[in-house]
Amino acid sequence: MQHETASPTARHHRHGSNAGQPLTRRDGLLKVTGRATYAADNHPDGTLYAVVATSSIARGRVRSLNVEAAKAHPGVVEVLTPANRPPLAHDPDEKMPPFGFRVEVLQDDTVRYVNQPIAMVIAQSLEAATEGAALLDPRYETEPARTGPSNGTRFDPQAIGVGAPARTAHGDIEAGLAVAARVTEAEYVTPSQYHNAMEPHAIVAQWDGDRVTIDMPNQALALSCASYAAYFGIPAENVVIRSPFLGGGFGSKAILNGPQILAILAARMLGHPVKLALTRAQMYGPVGHRGRTWQKLRLGTDAQGRLTALHHHALGATSSFDEFIEPAANASLPLYASPAILAEHEGLRLDIGTPGPMRAPGEASGSAALEVAMDEAAEACGMDPLDFRLANYAETEPVTGKPFSSKALRECYVEGAKRFGWSERPLAPRTMRDENGFLVGWGMGTAVFPCPHFPAEARATLRADDTALVETGGVDMGQGAWTALAQIAAEALGLDPDQVELRSGESTLPDGGIAGGSAHTASAGMALHNAGGNAIAQLAELATADPESPLFGAGNIGVVAQAGRLHRRDDEQRGETYAAILARAGRTEVVGTAKSTRDPAVASTHAMYSHGAVFAEVKIDPDLGQIRTTRLVGAFAAGRIINPRLVRSQYFGGMIWGISFALHEEAITDRRTGRFLNADLAEYHVPVNADVPALDALLIPEDDPHVNAIGVKGVGEIGITGTVGAIANAVWHATGTRVRRFPIRMEDLLAGSSAE
Amino acid sequence: MGYHMSLSIRLTINGQPRDVALDDPRVTLLDLLRERLHLTGTKKGCDRGQCGACTVLVDGRRINSCLALAASMDGAQITTIEGLADGETLHPVQATFIAHDGFQCGYCTPGQIMSAVGLINEGRAGDDPERIRELMSGNICRCGAYQGITEAVLEAQKILSDDEKRDAA
Repeated sequence: MQHETASPTARHHRHGSNAGQPLTRRDGLLKVTGRATYAADNHPDGTLYAVVATSSIARGRVRSLNVEAAKAHPGVVEVLTPANRPPLAHDPDEKMPPFGFRVEVLQDDTVRYVNQPIAMVIAQSLEAATEGAALLDPRYETEPARTGPSNGTRFDPQAIGVGAPARTAHGDIEAGLAVAARVTEAEYVTPSQYHNAMEPHAIVAQWDGDRVTIDMPNQALALSCASYAAYFGIPAENVVIRSPFLGGGFGSKAILNGPQILAILAARMLGHPVKLALTRAQMYGPVGHRGRTWQKLRLGTDAQGRLTALHHHALGATSSFDEFIEPAANASLPLYASPAILAEHEGLRLDIGTPGPMRAPGEASGSAALEVAMDEAAEACGMDPLDFRLANYAETEPVTGKPFSSKALRECYVEGAKRFGWSERPLAPRTMRDENGFLVGWGMGTAVFPCPHFPAEARATLRADDTALVETGGVDMGQGAWTALAQIAAEALGLDPDQVELRSGESTLPDGGIAGGSAHTASAGMALHNAGGNAIAQLAELATADPESPLFGAGNIGVVAQAGRLHRRDDEQRGETYAAILARAGRTEVVGTAKSTRDPAVASTHAMYSHGAVFAEVKIDPDLGQIRTTRLVGAFAAGRIINPRLVRSQYFGGMIWGISFALHEEAITDRRTGRFLNADLAEYHVPVNADVPALDALLIPEDDPHVNAIGVKGVGEIGITGTVGAIANAVWHATGTRVRRFPIRMEDLLAGSSAE
Repeated sequence: MGYHMSLSIRLTINGQPRDVALDDPRVTLLDLLRERLHLTGTKKGCDRGQCGACTVLVDGRRINSCLALAASMDGAQITTIEGLADGETLHPVQATFIAHDGFQCGYCTPGQIMSAVGLINEGRAGDDPERIRELMSGNICRCGAYQGITEAVLEAQKILSDDEKRDAA
């Protein structure tokens, strides 16, 4: 029994349930005691260890590998190279629909980027496999690496991001610029960034005949099963993925990669379970990254500081053999009102691993450029940056004219500014000092993130003992799915979360959809909500048709599920417990199943986004240029908040990624070789505890009657947007130096100071 | 290619004496714990001493277990995340990490907690959040749970020092 969701008329009404409670994490105990099981913690009997050997050149071919030396090493079982790699049922040089990239799985001896797999050594111990890989001593024919705009190849991409159009136009941009009183024009550069989840990509694969069980961190269970099935020529139901805990994902565990496919292949070839974990350095290449961008913005403004034109052009780097163009210019589409908006993208082919989605793909890098450009335009107009944004507030989606499903951005601006003390900000830069003589600057930025919805399914079994089992193949990579999804299901079932057991994180369960696009709580949550509703509907049918029930005949009036009991909508006293209904019907349980999809009618009539405003304070040593973020206030409106404790943590995480983008992260490439200079956690800087000041995240109330029946938007990625610009703008406000290249470094400020 | 060796070490892990026969000198303490003794609570994030996920206490001091060779641990007292709780009773640091949401994905958490326990033992935590941030900066949390981590360490430090005062009184 299934029912498709969710028109706005079927909207859910809260009735004193547990949603909205700041529960601590259900998986907390497992995580603080070391009992949460991540992929590499699995040890089936007979496990062999795989270590992938990766290329140290960016382009060319492998001329030789000393396979004999590796094989002669004690404990080494097998060496996989293009010469003996078993066949795959899907050509790895073809994309895997719908989202999969071309992958490097030893199909030939060509090298297309640094850290591409060139062999895999399998051994009885990790130590032997590691040493075996080192003994391979690869020799190469090396071709010059294409590392940047000066030697890469530009092209017009068919699509950007995950299938978005490369160009979106609204109005006449040149006409808008022509009538402008002022035109602000600048170029912004963002670096390549690597997800660097704390858990390296790991996998334990074991075959039983033509069935394979895979322990791996995975953000898209059902999709990955289908893709692996295609590579290995088996039915999708023969692939089981177990992914109860992911040690961070950020997009890098949503898409299949070569090393993990090779480990599965090795397990089949050798008839043993095989365990592989990438080294930290090997995560710089085959598992995606945020591609570099070069973004040009032109903002036309009239005498009142209103935009007349907003032109955003982004050049985005991709690999020589596949496409993922960071959809950065699209950040200018949903936010500010302008009679003319143009977002367009160009691609640049380099000898790098194919980029991919990384937390707020496009939104983060695009917002970084747009929010600084807005600050520059405000400065040109002599306006306060917040007033300037309010002057360009979009009452409807700028390009389409659609109404927003909800938009409490004004409240975010007001509340965030109040908490921060923004009204005290002097307009001119370089006017504030602290008691130590440090330069102080205040900046702000607007945050925005769309609300996609992925199809998902769930099952809810309501039992006679007032407990329920709810199931969906959801994904918890830290956002709190184990907790929030249980809260949503409990509410749908009229039970306390303690009475609800959630099974999740396995591909054998109903398809929980994709953990990406900040859509997982809404997507899997709606499936659970509907499945719970379906179970309750069955229970109500039993009761209202039963002359012995106090609910007999209440079908038209309707019944409400609350605290393990159904009662008449018009009379709380008239009702009975689930247990009583089931017992009289001779049933031990009812099983509800459901899917969740977005109503296409609502999607076509409404624009759906989460919004926010971020305010930053930086302090800068005037002599050394050292920059510290000292205060960060974010105010976000994202529909209904299921669990404020976890949502606040998501905002904090996003804002810290914003600090990182603004001031820390950058993979640096040696232009002579195409190799990384900093593929490790010592020199690829991510914020440590001491880099992060006291953070404040305000949860601005927002009621969204359209986005879905539970009113939930996304919170996982929005925190980066706005924050990067806010910090960069604060740096300008502190110093008077406008830095347009990320991350902002102390030398940028010292150079700026001396130029003044 | 004679990497085979036979070395027996005796060490105490979470209060239990263990005799471990090592057949390979290259095994790190981290890989010994994880791959050979199947104490997988301790995590490998970088294998280079840069992230802190593998932090354990050796003779009461916090170290990166990925940088220590197992063979050098003869006679050592080792405490891992599995040995912190007293039966069902969590160590105050474990409890405050849950209460303050001091983690998201949980992968760096065992290292964060062991580092916090070590820090408090060192008597350097105090009640200054700035100091805790600095002294916990050897443990990277990519999810960005730092605010909760700092609050958790502050509260645990207070609980433990109150306990100490009570015991002394």
